[in-house]
Amino acid sequence: MAAILVVAVVLAAGVGIASRIETALSFGTGDWAAVRFTVWQSFLSSMFSVVLAIPVARALARRQFFGRGLLVTLLGAPFILPVIVAVLGLLSVFGRNGWLNIVLASAGLPTLSIYGLQGVVLAHVFFNLPLATRLLLQGWQTIPAERFRLAAQLHLTPWAFFRVIEWPLIRQILPGVAALIFVICLTSFAVALTLGGGPKATTLELAIYQAFRFDFDLGRAALLSLAQLALAGGAALVALGVIPTISVGGGLDRPQQRWDGVSRVQRRSDMVVITIASGFLLLPLFAIVLRGLIGIPQLPQTVWTAAGASLCVAGMSILVLGFLAVPMAGWIASKPTGSVEAIGLLGLSASPLMIGTGWFILINPVMNPASLALPVTALVNALMALPFCLRILVPRLRDTLRDYGRLSATLGVQGWPLWRWVILPRLAPQIGFAAGLTGALSAGDLGVITLFADADRATLPLQMYRLMGAYRMEAAAGAALLLLIMALGIFWVCDWIGRRYAAS
Amino acid sequence: MKALTLAATTLIAASAAAADTPILTVYAGDYFTSEWGPGPIIEKEFEAICDCDLVFSTGDLLPRLLLEGKRIEADVVMGLTSDVTAKARATGLLAPHGQDNSALTLPIEWSDETFLPFNYGHTAFMYDTTRMETPPASFDDLINLPDDVRIVIQDPRTSISGLALALWVEAIYGDQAQETWAKLAPKILTVTKDWSSSYGMFTEGEADMVLSYTTSPAYHMFAEEDFTKKAALFSDGHYFMTETVAKVSSTDVPELADTFLTYVMSEAFQKMIPAANWSLPSALAQDQWPEGWSELPLPEKVLFYDETEAVALRDKAVEAWRVGLSQ
Repeated sequence: MAAILVVAVVLAAGVGIASRIETALSFGTGDWAAVRFTVWQSFLSSMFSVVLAIPVARALARRQFFGRGLLVTLLGAPFILPVIVAVLGLLSVFGRNGWLNIVLASAGLPTLSIYGLQGVVLAHVFFNLPLATRLLLQGWQTIPAERFRLAAQLHLTPWAFFRVIEWPLIRQILPGVAALIFVICLTSFAVALTLGGGPKATTLELAIYQAFRFDFDLGRAALLSLAQLALAGGAALVALGVIPTISVGGGLDRPQQRWDGVSRVQRRSDMVVITIASGFLLLPLFAIVLRGLIGIPQLPQTVWTAAGASLCVAGMSILVLGFLAVPMAGWIASKPTGSVEAIGLLGLSASPLMIGTGWFILINPVMNPASLALPVTALVNALMALPFCLRILVPRLRDTLRDYGRLSATLGVQGWPLWRWVILPRLAPQIGFAAGLTGALSAGDLGVITLFADADRATLPLQMYRLMGAYRMEAAAGAALLLLIMALGIFWVCDWIGRRYAAS
Repeated sequence: MKALTLAATTLIAASAAAADTPILTVYAGDYFTSEWGPGPIIEKEFEAICDCDLVFSTGDLLPRLLLEGKRIEADVVMGLTSDVTAKARATGLLAPHGQDNSALTLPIEWSDETFLPFNYGHTAFMYDTTRMETPPASFDDLINLPDDVRIVIQDPRTSISGLALALWVEAIYGDQAQETWAKLAPKILTVTKDWSSSYGMFTEGEADMVLSYTTSPAYHMFAEEDFTKKAALFSDGHYFMTETVAKVSSTDVPELADTFLTYVMSEAFQKMIPAANWSLPSALAQDQWPEGWSELPLPEKVLFYDETEAVALRDKAVEAWRVGLSQ
């Protein structure tokens, strides 16, 4: 049902646009260059994100230290930042006059330029490394405590431990995460353009934006959207096709205790990995906080009102998603392969502009689209968040069904009782994480609202852009900080509820 | 659901009010109605003289016009720039403005019967006097700046100011436009999607110069008392930009729309525009500009393509930009 809804929403938007196509379709040389660059940067970005995430997640999984919980929550932040805020934060650290170059210059070393393919990949890793880390970390936490005990009793070497326990887990989680990040990067455009340093860094999404907003060439926009959908769909099928069907196995749900990784070398290397990753992810956030603090007192009333509207959208998105993602995850998990999950990725790879414009065309004859601005924004945001939530929910759900499904079937536990007593308690942390991510993502999204918004229905990101447009850069930085705090707040609350529910 | 109910209630309340006072619906650019835009002042001033209810509806102006077509609810459309008026005109949705074009004080000749300019400005590169002692005095100077100077510009494919820059280079260099871009390429730090991101990079000190407007220093002068942000004036001339207002032919309150257009040309509106919109008034002699504004340095020579020329040259200018900067 839920899957059909996703397809329907995307298709309806497509129909809306198709009904207004007037021009002949063509694909120019500039477009092919855009396709090549888009695919290449997405591939590099997703590879770097997932490969670097392995040591970080591994280190975080086996270490307990003061502030670990806070660090894990903060790791969610880069992902939900509005593009422009994140870019300015990154530039404060890695830019031409950024902290890194100041340090390099004072040490007499040559300075580095962020602009170019390296900058695009750096920014995309900044956005997506935390996501990959969180998803992997969750995998680690689902390893039954008994495995670690057994491994310790058998005196497995670190290498054997990795091969027998961790590698199968990574193989199961990583391809899906890589596909997800590939698709996210596929639809990136403002980041790619700004840090890519010019028109060489033109992505398909930029061409789509141009066609929709600037040329108003709906035929071209539809064609480009289709190309983007095909790329995303292809990537999804490849990745989901290579996920092996192996289970890490069931356990008695005891709290995890780690006997491995206690050697000095391992402790040192974990510390180094965690420090580097935190520095890379937290310094730009710190820069955003510094810039924002001056601006907060300058914030006018309308910004706070907009913050309320954003909270409202976030709440709606979480609700929509609850009805969409959990049943859909249940359905996918009960199937042997993940082809259905590819549908979830469709929602993400469909440009929000395309969905927004399509729905505008459809709603317009019936009523004023502006009055539906917030619900439509919430729906589109929920669609965008769906693939993330499926990635979060499905692996855990699949394991649960595999490990407890037969026992439950033998006992005749099915339907709601199965969910209530077997699945939901085990899935609670994942549901909390998914809800938090959706809410935060939704609060920070500018997306479709610009097409629909009226003055009094502005969301916080929109209001922030308006401040920038009126030269009020400091106040805009304040609004960005507010947005960061709010998104992190939503994320933390949902995550916390999920973990509390699981612990009880 | 709550928001839906709220929206519905607002709609009902709005239509109930319609029974008493006529409503003038004005579509405007997104920046317009925020409290930092000119919208709120216009609404207050106009409602004081019209005995009506002025309702702004904001969003992406041109896409919205084209998407809604005949279902357009606006009586007046405000904020279309001269580079996109051709597409808006082609919809056939707009009526003659009926105002006297000779009352305009623009630096160019304006004879359009449909689109009435309400402000203007020019593209210009901004610099910071604390970081750059001698600004370039021509486009050639810009190209020949020291090697370490970095400029941030906007993409002509996604932003109006970026498009104006591409046309500016086209106007000065013509067939040498692509070559010019290739020469300028090492100085271009990066290209952003919109003006805001570029300007943010400039005020943060990441870029030494930014593509903006000749009127941008006014904000820093009057709102922040900061006299270090200036526009470099080029002897080649600067590309002219104007925002226009137009009447929708299907309006159910044509007299009210006319009153609004008359108000736009009035002294009250024109005197308000500079500080509310950080742009120059379209129909006000320079000696009547608000205090301090006549001291704002402005270019002597102005370059401009009318909408027909702009449409014809656009693809060529943008392609010269793309290829020149891609090398």
